[in-house]
Amino acid sequence: MTKVTMTVNGKAVSGEVEGRTLLSQFLRDGLGLTGTHVGCDTSQCGACVVHVNGQDVKSCTTLALECEGAEVRTIEGMANPDGSLSVIQQAFQDHHGLQCGFCTPGMVMTASALLAQNPTPSEAEIRHYLEGNICRCTGYHNIVKAIMAASGQDVSHLGSDAIAAE
Amino acid sequence: MPKDHGIGASSKRREDVRFLTGRGRYTDDINLPGQAHACFVRSQVAHGRLNGVNTADAAAMPGVIRIFTAADFEGVGGLPCGWQVTDRHGAPMQEPGHPVLATGKVRHVGDPIALVVAETYDQARDAAEAVVVDIEELEPVLDMKAALADGAPKVHDDLTSNLCYDWGFVEENREAVNKAFEAAHHVTTLDLVNQRLIPNAMEPRVAIGDYNFATDDSTLYTTSQNPHVIRLLMGAFVLGIPEHKLRVVAPDVGGGFGSKIFHYAEEAAVTFAARQLRRPVKWTCTRSESFITDAQGRDHVTKIELALDAEGHFQALRTETYANMGAYLSTFAPSIPTWLHGTLMAGNYKTPLIYVNVKAVFTNTVPVDAYRGAGRPEATFQLERVIDKAAREIGMDPVELRRKNFITQFPYATPVAVEYDTGDYNATMDKLLEIADVAGFEARLAESKARGKLRGLGVNCYIEACGIAPSHLVGQLGARAGLYESATVRVNATGGLVVMTGSHSHGQGHETTFAQVVADMIGLPENMVEIVHGDTANTPMGMGTYGSRSLAVGGSAMVKATNKIIAKARKIAAHLMEASPDDIELKDGRFTVAGTDKSVAWGDVTLAAYVPHNYPLEDLEPGLEETAFYDPNNFTYPAGAYACEVEVDPETGRVTVERFAAADDFGNVVNPMIVDGQVHGGIAQGIGQALLESAAYDEYGQLLTGSYMDYAMPRADDVPFYTVDHSCQTPCTHNPLGVKGCGEAGAIGSPPAVVNAVVDALQRAGHTGVTHIDMPLTPSRVWAAMQG
Amino acid sequence: MYAFDFVRPATLDEAVAALGGEEAQALGGGQTLIPALKQRLAAPATLVSLTGLPELRGVCAADDGTLCVGGATTHAVVAAEAAAHYPALAALAGNIGDPAVRNRGTIGGSVANNDPSACYPAAALGSGATIRTNTRDIAADDYFQGMFTTALEPGEIITEIRFPVPEKAAYVKFEQPASRFALVGVFVAKYADGVRVAVTGASEEGVFRWTEAEAALSSDFGAGAVSGLSVEADMMIGDLHGSPEYRAHLVKVLTGRAVIAAG
Repeated sequence: MTKVTMTVNGKAVSGEVEGRTLLSQFLRDGLGLTGTHVGCDTSQCGACVVHVNGQDVKSCTTLALECEGAEVRTIEGMANPDGSLSVIQQAFQDHHGLQCGFCTPGMVMTASALLAQNPTPSEAEIRHYLEGNICRCTGYHNIVKAIMAASGQDVSHLGSDAIAAE
Repeated sequence: MPKDHGIGASSKRREDVRFLTGRGRYTDDINLPGQAHACFVRSQVAHGRLNGVNTADAAAMPGVIRIFTAADFEGVGGLPCGWQVTDRHGAPMQEPGHPVLATGKVRHVGDPIALVVAETYDQARDAAEAVVVDIEELEPVLDMKAALADGAPKVHDDLTSNLCYDWGFVEENREAVNKAFEAAHHVTTLDLVNQRLIPNAMEPRVAIGDYNFATDDSTLYTTSQNPHVIRLLMGAFVLGIPEHKLRVVAPDVGGGFGSKIFHYAEEAAVTFAARQLRRPVKWTCTRSESFITDAQGRDHVTKIELALDAEGHFQALRTETYANMGAYLSTFAPSIPTWLHGTLMAGNYKTPLIYVNVKAVFTNTVPVDAYRGAGRPEATFQLERVIDKAAREIGMDPVELRRKNFITQFPYATPVAVEYDTGDYNATMDKLLEIADVAGFEARLAESKARGKLRGLGVNCYIEACGIAPSHLVGQLGARAGLYESATVRVNATGGLVVMTGSHSHGQGHETTFAQVVADMIGLPENMVEIVHGDTANTPMGMGTYGSRSLAVGGSAMVKATNKIIAKARKIAAHLMEASPDDIELKDGRFTVAGTDKSVAWGDVTLAAYVPHNYPLEDLEPGLEETAFYDPNNFTYPAGAYACEVEVDPETGRVTVERFAAADDFGNVVNPMIVDGQVHGGIAQGIGQALLESAAYDEYGQLLTGSYMDYAMPRADDVPFYTVDHSCQTPCTHNPLGVKGCGEAGAIGSPPAVVNAVVDALQRAGHTGVTHIDMPLTPSRVWAAMQG
Repeated sequence: MYAFDFVRPATLDEAVAALGGEEAQALGGGQTLIPALKQRLAAPATLVSLTGLPELRGVCAADDGTLCVGGATTHAVVAAEAAAHYPALAALAGNIGDPAVRNRGTIGGSVANNDPSACYPAAALGSGATIRTNTRDIAADDYFQGMFTTALEPGEIITEIRFPVPEKAAYVKFEQPASRFALVGVFVAKYADGVRVAVTGASEEGVFRWTEAEAALSSDFGAGAVSGLSVEADMMIGDLHGSPEYRAHLVKVLTGRAVIAAG
């Protein structure tokens, strides 16, 4: 076992891991941050996407020890400091961009990385950027729509949206 | 103005906040104190005699707690099948045993042979690799027709053949149908394959067994669409644990699409192991493992024939289908190609004579069972494809041919034993042509042509039988279970409501939709209603979420229970206001004496129920809690019309879906936003089936598409924005909400639209010999078709 | 995964020393290796991470017109930093895998692995690149030796890949629908002394040069130049995603498209 130290969602953390321990395992089992999901073992589904030093990476295809000293951000660290949903998270709720919720953390992390690079992506750019994130529930319509909405684009022509319930 | 709350409002989903912040609680997120980890030793061959399992070396490896083999499961029951189909000669289907761990033989790649329990998962997996399995390989049975040939190797030695059943429906019509074909003006014939699919819910299956030896209570945490059914099947048939000593919990479930209906061996194995070891035992499926253990879907080989008269009226329909059961009968497997398929062969059309023959076959492949749509996509695909082919053959517009044969009078009893209560197929077709802008197709075709692309338009209809189902009917058809739902509505003293439902959500947003229904009935804010589900310890019996049934059946139970609450609350209110219960009106959460300004608030009544100082105790019990069961008296029949426009790259055969429109009649709609989302997801799965997905086995029975490297899941850039509409509403006549169900429609209606569109594109480009291409329409298949 | 030790050397010498150990294996970004380890297809005793070596990272233009890419440079960095110098290479890098894979996966890892469907081998062979290792320079023509087979010796580390920058170039990939790797990918590069055409994804023998097309395009750089050629299906890969004939057909179609894209 080797000690690994990193910053996760702004907090310094450390733990004892094996060489083969994946970042996703360290987050889920070591730190109890179970929002990061594992949906495949061939690095394709993207449910495990987190940010390492500001970049979106697949935590199931990254060794924990590779992240020594890194700044890691997970879905648990995405809400606003007051606990309210961030713009992207809120857009996913408003536009029904999730159903079972399993792929959602990876979708939000990937969308956030996209908008950091490209604040107003086109539909095609969004669809292309989501190549490594598989959703089986939504048919992607409302995910793409939510990301467009989060970037300030008009999506009113793209079907029903949530109405604020009391 | 759209409604902003209650039934008909696109209320935001309350589930979303936890899912969006990483605070969902899926089964794999649960870790119990003292938990051990399980890994299964699985067959790597499709068919073989299991001569021995040597665990000695493995048992000595670090961290290993115990290794279970089939010998440990002696006295434990096999996994039960929930439906018995009777063949066309009146004999029951052949029903092989399905042991928890393979016994005597292994019958598919992935068949579990042993269970290794260790302190960590890696230790369990390391040891699993060290278990020595002595298997004498046998010739696998893979092709269904070959499996039925004389002398074919048998999947189950104790059965007479690999034929599970040979089903005829309606058998009495067989001769009349044959005669109609002999006399027909025109017969269109189509041979097709509805390929095997893998459901691929994004959350892999997980099962955690727990046992308290002090109380003899067992608990199973599992990824299930129906925890009550698992409790019943596993308790009564497999492990012999009475239901009151067994709790099954399915927390947040990450998608299912049918694959999490069934009772799986792993659930029984970890529950059994936990009892033996007196420790929690956790199994988390890897995706690679789910490819060879989750029940798969579809896999029909069909010949369909349609007889028409000179004007294009359908005279008769005849089908012969080979349906793959895989190596064992999964929970509902026998019902899928029969009662969920044959009964839908009338489609939206008044074909007077129909005969459906289905031969269900055992093969050395993963068991096949319900996958989104379950039987109905297979029925719709063959029917809507053969109609398209017929239209081309007789030179009639495919939409006109459909309209000419639409059922227009309701109720309508089909020749395949179901009665459609309502529908308006011309209305959904009209709506479709409008929202799909079919009038603009020619212009888009010209534009595609200018870019060197072929373009095609595919249109089709679908109907499904949902809201499964009347228990008395399915009992006659061989179901070994009832198919009701139930709900308990508990009103607390301070007025809030908790609805405990036997239905369970795996992404459908029940917590939101159900709350809308109950809140609307009483006139309260939705946030005063909490939904509890997924745990047999605190919910009444439910048969599960599948077959687009949760709102139609479970929601109806909730309505019944809420009506009981309202009736009692009305009596309490009458007492408080010294009026007759008949004069009490409930509106916006307030009880009023009709024609007066006397009123009491909801909270006053609920408080009185629990603090019954001024209360008619002689007539009414204190408290406010009611339970209702609802058993429907018919299926519901959602229907609609779908249109797809594709472009085909003539050089590479690559198909792109450019436009997709769906006009559905779901009856009444509670949350339009959620309904849109259900249709979107179904369409993507249908496009996936049409263009991308296939569970392909090689000649040894190895799954060639055993990971996302080869099994093509639809990605965001494989699909367009969809145009969906559910404004055509003919409410269901026999449930209190008038709802029909929307969960499967998209997956049922979309595959033929895509294939019709591709064939149309090729025909328009002069490839007149191409009348059909089997799914998935990969670039290579489409290119090959264009080569002639 | 089987258990292994993990080391992350800070210098090339340390890395070379570590790779000299028993059953040691280099780890680039791990985007292919880690999934393979998860399937237990390999059992290294030690994984030697190359991501801690700053000298292996980065893109720079040499005075002789060569673009040098450090072996541990991620696809995302190549996509961004090569764009001004070698747009076709940058575009290729920017379309490997998905964004998360591009943030971890490295050029050295890809070229060392030499997956028959990977993109980078087509760029390296199509550009006549030089694979520079800790011990020597290897011409791309000598380096790629068939599916998953290269000229690398055990323990040899790719430190840099040097791409001669062509006058025009383009890469066209036809994706396998599931993996999104190249079902067929064609890299066409026009240099003053001739045209190179490298094909990935198609052949049982891994990335290869389509010399007939090179000859035709060297005398007439236009899509029409290849329309009369044909590709033998004999050595093409056949699987459920495409027959050998289909792949052979795609080689020709995509070569034409790459020529058009190169302008």
